[in-house]
Formats: sequence, structure tokens, C-alpha cells
Amino acid sequence: MAQVTLARALNEALRTSMDNDPKVLLMGEDIGKLGGVFRVTDGLQKDFGEDRVIDTPLAESGIVGTAIGLAIRGYRPVCEIQFDGFVYPAYDQIVSQLAKMHARSKGTIALPVTIRIPFGGGIGAVEHHSESPEAYFAHTAGLKVVACSNPADGHAMLQQAVASDDPVLFFEPKRRYWEKADVDLSRTSFDPLWSARVVRPGRDATLVAYGPMVRTCLDAASAAAEEGKELEVVDLRSLSPLDFPTVLASVRHTQRLIVVHEAPSFVGLGSEIAARVSEELYFEMEAPVLRVTGFDTPYPPSRVEEEYLPDLDRVLHAVDRSLAY
Amino acid sequence: MTVLSDADADAAAAALTETSPVATSTTAGPELVQLLTPEGERVSHPDYDVDLSDEQYRGLYRDLVLVRRIDVEATALQRQGELGIWASLLGQEAAQVGSGRALRPQDFAFPTYREHGVAWCKGVDPLQLLGLFRGASNGGWDPQEKRFQLYTIVIGSQTLHATGYAMGITKDGAVGDAETGEAVIAYFGDGASSQGDVNEAFVWASVYNAPLVFFCQNNQWGISTPTAHQTRIPLYQRARGFGFPGVRVDGNDVLATYAVTRKALDDARTGQGPTLVEAFTYRMGAHTTSDDPTRYRLAADLEAWKLKDPLERMKAFLYKQQIVDNAYLQGLEHDADELAARLRQGCLQMPDPDPLTMFDDVYSETTPLLLEQRAALGSYLAGFQRGAS
Repeated sequence: MAQVTLARALNEALRTSMDNDPKVLLMGEDIGKLGGVFRVTDGLQKDFGEDRVIDTPLAESGIVGTAIGLAIRGYRPVCEIQFDGFVYPAYDQIVSQLAKMHARSKGTIALPVTIRIPFGGGIGAVEHHSESPEAYFAHTAGLKVVACSNPADGHAMLQQAVASDDPVLFFEPKRRYWEKADVDLSRTSFDPLWSARVVRPGRDATLVAYGPMVRTCLDAASAAAEEGKELEVVDLRSLSPLDFPTVLASVRHTQRLIVVHEAPSFVGLGSEIAARVSEELYFEMEAPVLRVTGFDTPYPPSRVEEEYLPDLDRVLHAVDRSLAY
Repeated sequence: MTVLSDADADAAAAALTETSPVATSTTAGPELVQLLTPEGERVSHPDYDVDLSDEQYRGLYRDLVLVRRIDVEATALQRQGELGIWASLLGQEAAQVGSGRALRPQDFAFPTYREHGVAWCKGVDPLQLLGLFRGASNGGWDPQEKRFQLYTIVIGSQTLHATGYAMGITKDGAVGDAETGEAVIAYFGDGASSQGDVNEAFVWASVYNAPLVFFCQNNQWGISTPTAHQTRIPLYQRARGFGFPGVRVDGNDVLATYAVTRKALDDARTGQGPTLVEAFTYRMGAHTTSDDPTRYRLAADLEAWKLKDPLERMKAFLYKQQIVDNAYLQGLEHDADELAARLRQGCLQMPDPDPLTMFDDVYSETTPLLLEQRAALGSYLAGFQRGAS
């Protein structure tokens, strides 16, 4: 066991993946000597060389487009998109090319490309550095989308994403990069990548979250416990495919559900989860599904992001509304 | 039926005036590499030449004739309702056959959606192209086996895939040898030359010295948009700004396109980096069978380009050199008719895919959601069958 940050855990995961498979390549802007703007690739170019840790020209469509070509050639590229708001120049390559190639080629071309994206707000950044674009990709057939919430999962899930033969959008909660936890860096067997996990058991209501909001929900559950309310917290981990059996089992047990994410509410992950829960548990719910999310505005200037982002108080407010039904 | 008000009609007339057909250049300038004039005279060029056997000359002509016959048959099938759409290569046969035959077996091609002639050279059954335009599949051939990627419809996207693939060749140490070295060819058109992806591919290929040939068929039109709306300089000259050579070749001259592409590919496979080849040609047909070029281009342009026909000049050359005779040409015509008949029959007999196959191969590892939806559609469809029996 070692006390490591999420950034370091991800770095170790990349190192292990590159050690295990010579076809694994890292590609991105400023990932070599600089080690990436968040230092997630720190030291990897020094150890694996410029041929495997590639400082690319500054163009996101080029990064993903050439990664597709390298994958057709038999490589296993891991692309870093520097910030969430910079992924859109690559949108055609991800949605029209990367996502569809396996189906178009009747399975003769697999594209094991991982695209790492630091996402979410809360760091006081300028525009285009705090966004949560995961729903765009979860909506696209052919992509898999995951979001880690803590160092141990970051370490495990990134290795699993790189090993997957499907394209994976890997979202990293940038405001949690420097949070530390005990991680067994030598561990080689992990929970299935596409599984959700109950990270805190409870019986009064279920909070479903992923990425940066898992910590927020755990804090809210601790606060609620002081008032005698026991909240169950589910960390989705995988957004597509989505582990509905785990979510439904929790909600069947608590009969109340609040979905929490930073992304705007309209047609977000919460919408899909609410629809599925209402379909499966129509007669068992004690309250309608509630959502605590960012607003349907452009991400605001950072001096007011605290009001935009769901926090402990907004989560508890929704819990109270749910329990009042 | 749409009824236009007077005001609408006036506006439409004004719009039509603004966008009235424009004349495009039918002359490519002195820098054009040509080995065969439109009249079928062999001419020499200081940098490029071909030394082919009679058999090889006949082979190239045979390809041109068969590829055009495929195109004619496919257009007819679309008109008869058997294909949803067809993108004709009429006029571009030499650009495609010349470059396609310049490829060595180990070379990988990344096409757009009009490279039927290159597909032919790579051994893809034309029936599979018909399947795509019929709506029975998205291609159907194995790109790795044919070393010919699936058609790409979003223009320019494939140039980045080609570049990445070529970077992989370098990483594999498969460049250097003039015989066994590998190279990649990326096809695109004058329209796609404006795309960001094409320009990013130029940057990447240049910076990483990728073993790659960018093959731009400048057929003068992107649907209704003339090349003059895409560029103020000849397209091949763009290469210089990116740091690699560009060359303009007569795209209606199969010998010149063969020679120029062969050299560019060999430069790439021996580690000398990318080349941009601009094949100067003309889209003699519509953009696709859904298009109406009479709305935006002059008939006189078409007449001028008819005189540069790629098949006629090759036939004139072969005939004058006594490389072919009437018996050969008649035999070839017969073979073309047989090919067309096989394609027609294959198209008419082509079964629609099982609807449930839409769920296949979405992922390497499928998902519970897809399994659930597949089962739901399966039992829904089965309900109709039970009702019918």
C-alpha cells in the first residue's frame, strides 16, 4: 500500500500498461518533457522514449485521427486531451470515425484507443477548462465512457481501459487529482470495469454519482448521518455501458433516488437513469427521482462556479425533498 | 408541388443570377506532368517515365475499360431503383487506375467514397461497392486483407487515419527497403483540401516524416463548388508550405499518374517522407445520382474535357503502337459486358441483411443494453411472423 494522489495513480497505471504491452503508446499535447499540464504523464517519456510518449502538434482532431490510424496498424494509443473543453475539435473523429469503425468493418477492425479527458470544474479556471461533456459521448453507440472518482479506481480503471479492445473515453475529475488515498500499486486483479459500486451503504435514500461528485456525495452522507439519515452512495464508474442492476438493487432497497452530476441536467446521465428507474421500479418508489446538477447555462465565470456546481448543501436539500414525499 | 409566390420567384431568380454557372479552367498550366497527350502521343518528361511491357500497357487499358463499365452499370442500377445512390467516377478512371496500379501489394490505401477504380486494383469485388450504395452494408470487404480501408464519407477524415497508419509503419521499422518497404496512399478531393483534418494530416505527416502519398483528385468540383472557391493557388503548391514536395499530374493520363505515384510511393517507402500528388482531372458526371450539374456548370466545359478522355487517348496510343488490335478490343468489350451482367445479377439477387445484425459488432465486447434491445426487436419481429402463419 502506498499513499498516492489520483494523478500519481494514473501515472502508475500508464507505466504498468506500457510495461505490459509494447504496443501501448501515449499521445498528446505537452505530455513529454512537461509531463502533461496535470503531470499525469510525468517521467514517462524519459523512461519509454519519444517514440512511445509522443508530444504531438497542437490539434485535437489530428491526435485522435492519427491514433485511429495507429490502431488500425496494431497499436494501442492512449490520447490525452488537455482539457474537457478542447475535445470538440476531435468530435468528428471520435463520434463518426472511432465509434463506428468496428461496426462498419463487421468487426474486422478493432480500435483499442483510450482518450483521457480531465473534466469538471471547481479549480477556478478560465472558460473551456471546467466542462463535463460526458453525455455527448455516452449518447454515441460504439464508445464506452468511464469516470474514475478516486486514486485506487484511477489506477485500476485506466489499466482496464487501455486493455479494452473497444474505444474508451476516460474522464478524470481534475479537481480530485491531488487527493490522496492508499493504493496497492502491485494489484493486478480488479472489479469489472463496467461495474458500478456501492461505496457507502445506507437505507433511507440512494445517491448516484460519478467522478468528482462521488466525494461530494460521501461528504453529504456523512453529514446526513449526523442527523440520523442513512444515505447509500453508488459510484457509477462506468457511464456507458451503465450498470443498471447495481443502481436498481440499491434503489429497490431505499425506494428513493437522487442523481448528482456537474453536467447540466437536460438530457444528461440523470435523465437516462430516472427514465430507467421509473420503468423498472414504478410501483416501488416512495418519491420521484430527483437530480442535483449543474445548470443549463454555459459554465459560468469561476467566481460564481460555487453556485453552479452541486455541493453538499444542495445534495442534502434534495435528500430532504425526497424524504418529504 | 411547391407553389412559388411572385416574391419568392424574384428572390430565386436573383439567387440564380448570383450563382450562375462559372467556367472552370480546363488547362492545368505548364507544370503538369504528362506522358500521353490527349491525342495519344507519347511525350517525355525530364523527371518521370514508364517502361512497361505490352502486357502491362494492355492491362492498364483493360482496367480503364472495366472500371468505366462498372460505373455505367451502377449508374443504370441506381436509375432503375436498385441502388439508393451512386457516386460516379466517370472521367477519373486514369487517376484511379494509374495510382492504384502503382501500389505494391504491401501498400495500404485509404479511399473516399468514389475510389471504385482503386478498389478494383486492390481486388475488392465491385459487387460489394454496389452493396454499400444499395444500403445492404457499409462496405463488406475486410480492409486488413485487401489493404484497402472502407470508404470514408465525411470528406478528409481518412487522411488522418492514413497518416497514423503510416506513422505505425515507421515505428515498426518497415520503411527503408525499396522492394519490401511499406507505404500508404491517402485519397481525397479538391473539396476536402479545405478541411481542417487534411491540413492537420499534412502537418503530422511532415513532422513525423510519414511514408505517405497524399493523392488529391482535383476533379474541379465539390458538388457545385468549383476549385476556385477552395484555393487561390494550385493545390499541389500547398505541399511546399508544409515542408514536403507536391506535384501536379495529368489525371486523365494513366501513364503519368502511374509514373508519378510510383515514384512518390517509392520515395515514401525508402524513408523520404510524404508527397502531395494533385491529379488534375474532371468529374464528367454529377457529384452523385442525386445531383444536377446543369444548375451550376457550363456544357462547354464538359465538351472541352471530353476531348481529354482518359480511355480514348490510351486506346489511340495502343492502337497506333499496334499493342492492341480490333480482336483484342472486341474481346475486352465482351469481358466488360460479362462483368456488368454479373454485377447486375448479383445486385438484383442481393439479400437484405437480417435486421438483428445491426446489433452485431457495435463493440468488441457487447453490452447488456444491446443484448436487451436485440432480444426485444427479435421477439417483436417474431410476433409478426406468428401472426402471418
